Amino acid sequence: MIERSPVHSPLGRLQGVWDNPAYRWPLIFGLLALMVVAPHVLGPYATVILTNALLYVVLALGLNVVVGYAGLLDLGYAAFFAVGAYTIGIVHHVYGLDFWLTLPIAVLAAAGAGIIIGSPTLRLRSDYLAIVTLGFGEIVRFSARNLSITGGASGISGIERPWIFGWEMRSSMDFYYVFCVLAVLAVIASLRVADSRLGRAWLYVRHDEDAAEAMGIDRVKVKLAAYVIGAIYGSIAGAFFAVNLGAISPESFSFQQSVLILMAVILGGMGKVPGVILGAFIVILAPELLRDVGELRLLVFAAGLLLIMLFRPKGIWPSQGR
Amino acid sequence: MALTDLVLQQLVNGLVLGSFYALVALGYTMVFGVVKLLNFAHGEVYMVGGFAGFVVLSVVSGALGSGWTAVAFSMVLAMIGVGFLGVVIQRIAYQPMLSAPRLSILITALAVSLVLQNSILGATGGRYVPFGADLGFGGINLGNLFISHNQIILVGTAGVLMLSLELFISRTQYGRAMRAVSIDKDMCRLMGIDVNRVIAVTFFLGSGLAAAAGTMAGAYYGSLWYFMGFLIGLKAFTAAVIGGIGSIPGAMLGGLILGLLESFGTMIPGVGSAWKDVFSFSILILVLVFKPTGLLGKSEQERM
Repeated sequence: MIERSPVHSPLGRLQGVWDNPAYRWPLIFGLLALMVVAPHVLGPYATVILTNALLYVVLALGLNVVVGYAGLLDLGYAAFFAVGAYTIGIVHHVYGLDFWLTLPIAVLAAAGAGIIIGSPTLRLRSDYLAIVTLGFGEIVRFSARNLSITGGASGISGIERPWIFGWEMRSSMDFYYVFCVLAVLAVIASLRVADSRLGRAWLYVRHDEDAAEAMGIDRVKVKLAAYVIGAIYGSIAGAFFAVNLGAISPESFSFQQSVLILMAVILGGMGKVPGVILGAFIVILAPELLRDVGELRLLVFAAGLLLIMLFRPKGIWPSQGR
Repeated sequence: MALTDLVLQQLVNGLVLGSFYALVALGYTMVFGVVKLLNFAHGEVYMVGGFAGFVVLSVVSGALGSGWTAVAFSMVLAMIGVGFLGVVIQRIAYQPMLSAPRLSILITALAVSLVLQNSILGATGGRYVPFGADLGFGGINLGNLFISHNQIILVGTAGVLMLSLELFISRTQYGRAMRAVSIDKDMCRLMGIDVNRVIAVTFFLGSGLAAAAGTMAGAYYGSLWYFMGFLIGLKAFTAAVIGGIGSIPGAMLGGLILGLLESFGTMIPGVGSAWKDVFSFSILILVLVFKPTGLLGKSEQERM
């Protein structure tokens, strides 16, 4: 990897430390240790916030596969999050199938939805995909609100907590650790897939679609793969979100939700895993720090997003040129 | 009420709805034609236009009352003001991005729309704002069919605006320049056309038409909301795609078709009003899948 980070800025120096393998592993172990002790040090309220941040890490990493790796704009990502959550709500809660058996069904449902929406539209101009995903997000939310099986506007409540090895996940601390494991798995999967043959194909398609196609890459298939992988991340996050809260309603999966996840991806720097993690923490922790801003937090983020696009288009922690 | 009356009533409703969609769709299609940019913020421009009309109306209602004269006056001022807002948006946010990757432009457009939406959210506290126009409930009875004066004025105004736009584009110097820029920007520069000025005029006209629709919607439905641009933006885009994006008669046609489809869609058993939005998005997806060039659009080879 070519060293290109500007060393003069503090963040650039941090990036330099990160890119140096001698520091990287101790840093990772330090962060993991911090994750393990954090809820015991910071107390129950912070644990809930951190759990939410970790949920966003998983969601943002999933959307990053679509936006950052494949370069497609998805404005309805919350739809996959909803598919995961509602599959758990319906199959696990209403029909009583075990959570761990419902999880694969949720993943399949989201992947199926991804193929149905993606395969016709990925052939078209990329801005059409953005608007179709926006429409799809709204269709899913409207359907959740109007169907009786999804509980209408009030949603589904009283979803049972899952058991693992004879132990029921119940406290917020339990779920914090569950989301820690999910986030770590999501990070590993993201890093691995970026280095795979598919990851290189995305890189190629993102930079020059025509050249990629001339080299024998099937751009529609490669983009569809990104879209489906993103959907799978979203559905897994949704499934655990549903059992964590025990209740879901259509308003958790609104357009604002999709926008917040997208902001997590872009603010930190699309395409790069540490940037996306940073973005997810910014999106969740900033409202806690900016309490006075209240309802206007989205305005602050939107203005920030605009400034970043105009002056630092690669994000706070951008992907290194390679 | 007999079925024919019901059909005629829905025809009137569809025309009203279609006029709103057509006015907003024109902005999408004009901007797309000239700069090949999908202006995501356009729905929010419509919303801001409604609020601009509201502000003007509350200032002038002392002198002009709150009838159609005052609403027409507010509409014209809102069109001019929001037209300039469109130019400012173009200059600040889109101009620097024209050579950037498409993903960056899309994200910038999204950011602009969020800034507009959330500024109004901050200003109104997220509440519905009563528009304050008093237009009366008069109308014409044709057998069992009732058409209100407001509906006639509204569809008539939309028709006049669209006709003027058509004349502007086909008869004036700027209109000719706009058509030329949409075909070949670089060649226009060589021919001495001030392309940036033409783009600015395009944004001015598109935003102005959206503001007209926003003000009329506020007067017709009676209230404004910071989120009202989201759905109509999506639907006007659908209308533009149905008619063929980039084609101006197509946007008008698409708007009317979508308005009629939607108002007749609510008559289909099982669709009803709860599903009408799902119905229009499904139309969007179906059109994009089976006829992405729309009814009047030209097929073009486009680099992604």
